[in-house]
Amino acid sequence: MDGRFADALGRLPDYLGNHVLVSVAALALGLALSFPLALAALGRPTLRALLLAGTSVVQTVPGLALLALFYPLLLAVAAFSERVLGLSFSALGFLPAVLALALYSMLPVVRNTITGILGVDGAAKQAAIGVGMTEGQALRMVELPLAMPVIMAGVRTAAVWVIGTATLSTPIGQTSLGNYIFAGLQTQNWVFVLFGCVAAAVLALLIDQLLAQIERGYTARSRARMAAAAAGLLITLLAALLPTTMRAGGGYAIGAKPFGEQYILAALMQDRLRAGGLAAGRRDGLGSAVILDALAAGDIDAYVDYSGTIWANQLKRTDVLPRAEVLKAVTDWLKAERGIVTLGGLGFENAYALAMKRERALALGVKSIADLARHAPTLSIAGDYEFFSRPEWKAIRDAYGLSFDRERQMQAELMYPAAGAGEVDVISAYTSDGRIAEFGLVVLDDPRQAIPPYDAILLVSPKRADNQAFLAALRPLVGAIDVETMREANRRASTGATPEAVARWLDEKIGR
Amino acid sequence: MTQDAAIAVENVSKRFGDGRAALDEVSLTIRKGELVAVVGPSGSGKTTLLRLINRLADPSAGTVSIGGADAACLDPVTLRRSIGYVFQEVGLFPHMTVAENIAITPRLLGWDKARMAARVDELLGLVRLDKGYGARFPHQLSGGERQRVGVARALAAGPDTVLMDEPFAALDPLTRDALGQDYRALHDKLGLTTLMITHDMVEALGLADRIAVLLDGTVVAEGAPAAMIDHAHPYVRELMQAPRNIARRVEGLLAGKER
Repeated sequence: MDGRFADALGRLPDYLGNHVLVSVAALALGLALSFPLALAALGRPTLRALLLAGTSVVQTVPGLALLALFYPLLLAVAAFSERVLGLSFSALGFLPAVLALALYSMLPVVRNTITGILGVDGAAKQAAIGVGMTEGQALRMVELPLAMPVIMAGVRTAAVWVIGTATLSTPIGQTSLGNYIFAGLQTQNWVFVLFGCVAAAVLALLIDQLLAQIERGYTARSRARMAAAAAGLLITLLAALLPTTMRAGGGYAIGAKPFGEQYILAALMQDRLRAGGLAAGRRDGLGSAVILDALAAGDIDAYVDYSGTIWANQLKRTDVLPRAEVLKAVTDWLKAERGIVTLGGLGFENAYALAMKRERALALGVKSIADLARHAPTLSIAGDYEFFSRPEWKAIRDAYGLSFDRERQMQAELMYPAAGAGEVDVISAYTSDGRIAEFGLVVLDDPRQAIPPYDAILLVSPKRADNQAFLAALRPLVGAIDVETMREANRRASTGATPEAVARWLDEKIGR
Repeated sequence: MTQDAAIAVENVSKRFGDGRAALDEVSLTIRKGELVAVVGPSGSGKTTLLRLINRLADPSAGTVSIGGADAACLDPVTLRRSIGYVFQEVGLFPHMTVAENIAITPRLLGWDKARMAARVDELLGLVRLDKGYGARFPHQLSGGERQRVGVARALAAGPDTVLMDEPFAALDPLTRDALGQDYRALHDKLGLTTLMITHDMVEALGLADRIAVLLDGTVVAEGAPAAMIDHAHPYVRELMQAPRNIARRVEGLLAGKER
């Protein structure tokens, strides 16, 4: 086994601890909400129907979307709370993850509690009232104990769901076992992907079995068995949590969007801060919709974005200006609107581009997107999940009158091999991507300048704007990385090197 | 109403939401120390009558008095704890041991553990079960044993009055007879007042001091067992047909053997 396994193992205490922390908090909150609601709904058919429908609807929302939705919601609540109550809290990471996962856990608990209690033999309930129990006593002494196996089955389902879905809390900034999966998918590190999946599955099975043992102990009325299982559960949770709580908290947080280049640059910034004597952690894999807000709110302290992304998504500009003008407009806008400091461009662009296999381009005589337009109706194009809904695509399409035979969405990592193998004709590529050369692709010219420039720019949160030590540690990166260097770095990362290892290589290569 | 009435049901009607009357102007008095059997077919309203007495249901009209007090003015939970109830389907709590089942009403009344344990032992003796049964669960018992536990549970808090809803119906004839006789002995020994619901006239004739026949929500006959023998009501005659046939047949057999 290569170094990737050792690397994965080294991250386990952090990822597992955070994963357990967020899962346990979410499950505890979910149970605390579900039980009273389910009990209140027992004698109220309308509330019962509403509750079951509501929790079912939550369940149909994909986990990733549910988690992502909680971030803007909490951001608004946080802003309100800060303005009105003077209380500020982080809307990123832990809180939205716990809330979303808690909601997610409610359906099985509510449903099983209600059906479990309603399913108790009517004769037992009759007898309970007949021997002189109050409604509350009948519930506590007869109905709940008899419904316990069904209720516990619901709790176990909820626990397994929460532990599994918690892997999706990585994009909203909560460290979890999902960090392995997201990072692994982006850097084609299948060891990481498998490691994350297996770790989450093992954790889920273990917790499920321990809960099952508690339930069996309860049914068999063996206090010893229940205590043993409960102790096992507690030890598992503590063992998972201990390394996390013992780790020194605080320090600066560097954000990264979910792709390889971002991981490398975040690791590089982390190295530079540490070299400057500043403790720094990372929030890897933040969604692009979340990360700028997180920076403005101070949930992360710095990250690298691209001028064209902000130009299009934040300034809502569809026109294309020269590189320097876009950079200046973006810098001014970020400062004025969000208080964000732009330290400067790193020296390379990671622009959108259209690329195709070199032989195919030669055969068709395609050198630029203008040439491509003539052949487009017989060709297929693949883009990542964002690409076709981005203004850049619209700009390219309209500028050249592109109309392809087929548009396909795929994971960015799979696009390059697909183009290399001729499964698709054209792909949306990134100019700094190491795989352009690796798979024998060629980037098509953009003679009408439809694609805006995408300078990699180093952004700093408003609350670090006057932190000289922090700025001094990062400032030397400005203008230090040219596109060939970044391409080489990306190529190394996509062929198995960890982002940290590539960051060290990059650190030495660019000097200080 | 006589002074020594333990339970007095006066002109009681019970209508359900759909207007159907389960009981129509029923009056019945059970004197202290009596064992009264209410006999009737399914749907005659006999279980409803029993439920009105411990306020598992309330009458639409009329009054039910317990020990001279209007039941409508009594707290239902307190009332139920003071009356023993033996359920049709036994109704033992499957997740509790025999001892816990027996001690349930004392526990609700807040007895201390030692007193409950002593009472459980005493009751197991009364219903002729070995003390070792206390630790078993209902599913480990035979039908007859379960109903003995049911009787013990009804008697646990020392009630004066016991209501029985077809208590022995699900048992085989031998067990049923033995349990019936055992209960009758307990009733006399403890000076209980018992109202027993049954669809079986033979059982009623064998155990009760007085029998009331309920049909379609009204009492069509009431009196000592002997009064049932030549009663004019067609349904009572029908009910008496089976015991009469059996008696005649057994008499014949016995006579033949003695000769």
